[in-house]
Amino acid sequence: METKTRIILICSGKGGVGKTTLTANLGISLARQGVRTAVLDADFGLRNLDLLLGLENRIVYTAQEVLEESCRLDQALVKHKQEPNLSLLPAGNPRMLDWLKPDDMQRIVSMLTDKFDYVLIDCPAGVEDGFKNAVSASKEAIVVTNPEVSAVRDADRVIGLLNTHGIKPIQLVLNRVRPRMMASQEMLSIEDVTDILALPLLGIVLEDEQVIVSTNRGEPLTLTGSKSPAARCYSNIAKRMQGEEIPLIDPSKEGSGIRDKFRRLMQTKIF
Amino acid sequence: MTLRDIINKLLGRQESSASTARERLQLVLAHDRSDLSPELLDQMRKEILEVVAKYVEIDLEEGAVSLETEDRMTALVANLPIKRSLSGAIQVKEPVKESSD
Ligand SMILES: Nc1ncnc2c1ncn2[C@@H]1O[C@H](COP(=O)(O)OP(=O)(O)OP(=O)(O)O)[C@@H](O)[C@H]1O
Ligand SMILES: [Mg+2]
Repeated sequence: METKTRIILICSGKGGVGKTTLTANLGISLARQGVRTAVLDADFGLRNLDLLLGLENRIVYTAQEVLEESCRLDQALVKHKQEPNLSLLPAGNPRMLDWLKPDDMQRIVSMLTDKFDYVLIDCPAGVEDGFKNAVSASKEAIVVTNPEVSAVRDADRVIGLLNTHGIKPIQLVLNRVRPRMMASQEMLSIEDVTDILALPLLGIVLEDEQVIVSTNRGEPLTLTGSKSPAARCYSNIAKRMQGEEIPLIDPSKEGSGIRDKFRRLMQTKIF
Repeated sequence: MTLRDIINKLLGRQESSASTARERLQLVLAHDRSDLSPELLDQMRKEILEVVAKYVEIDLEEGAVSLETEDRMTALVANLPIKRSLSGAIQVKEPVKESSD
């Protein structure tokens, strides 16, 4: 039977572009909207999702014990205290990588399906086994990239692989956007990236120091109701996932001073 | 091209790094997406030129065969300038029969 649960892979190819931060913030944001959300840490080699959510001290069992049937799923799920609609299924020991197969990922995800409205899978970087296992259990994908050549190139590779796995829809999140650099054309524009990758844009996330501060605390920006630039972006994305029509933040329109106007003039495409 | 790019060009300055990034990405992705190795592409280029040269007189130095990509569609684009005679007519050759060796 077709399930309504949305099983979304959050992937990028290149490492360090912001997958885990996005997963944590979307997880919290969706939960705050009242939908039952599970975040699954599929980065078994270098798990971090627990840390970003501030749940690292509450882990008893992991996906590993669930798969080995030495505990039940609900024993391994860590419910977020402030946002009980959100649960984390932690990654097990890195040695799981030695035996984990696509079948195992599919088994875990099918256990989560129907208990939740959303299953967000935090994918490891790369396109090797970890990625393949995670893809095999996913239906949709969000590709995260930065406005940089290497991140865009790797995203392109991943999109090709997602297509061959029949993942649909695939949407794009452009992270670490710096309006100033884009305005002076020292950074690929949003249009450049969406044109090159030919994916619908789910949203952009502005470069924001508060991301690091929130990571230090283990409290995602969307948890604290912060009004910082990245916080606004994350919650806009979560609302769009829920079908709300929220206009994109246009970095080139940020600022209304004479210098910003001049920058925009210089940016106008002549041909 | 943007106003900034034009001014940069007039002043002999480098174009903006975003333009360079865009161009480099388009090129590298055309190759990534096609899975063709540079050697294979080069061989294909030679063979295409040979075939075309059987029919029309082309400038073998100028001919270019490249991969271009847009909207996740990759196209093989051949740009083969045809030599013209002094009268301006295209020089068409009689097709030569392939010798079986
Ligand atoms: N919008 C942003 N503004 C500022 N810093 C950011 C932003 N997004 C992510 N970062 C920082 O970038 C770094 C990498 O982020 P994150 O761990 O989420 O990436 P990842 O894609 O999950 O990495 P990996 O591939 O290693 O799993 C972190 O230090 C994070 O704080
Ligand atoms: Mg990560």
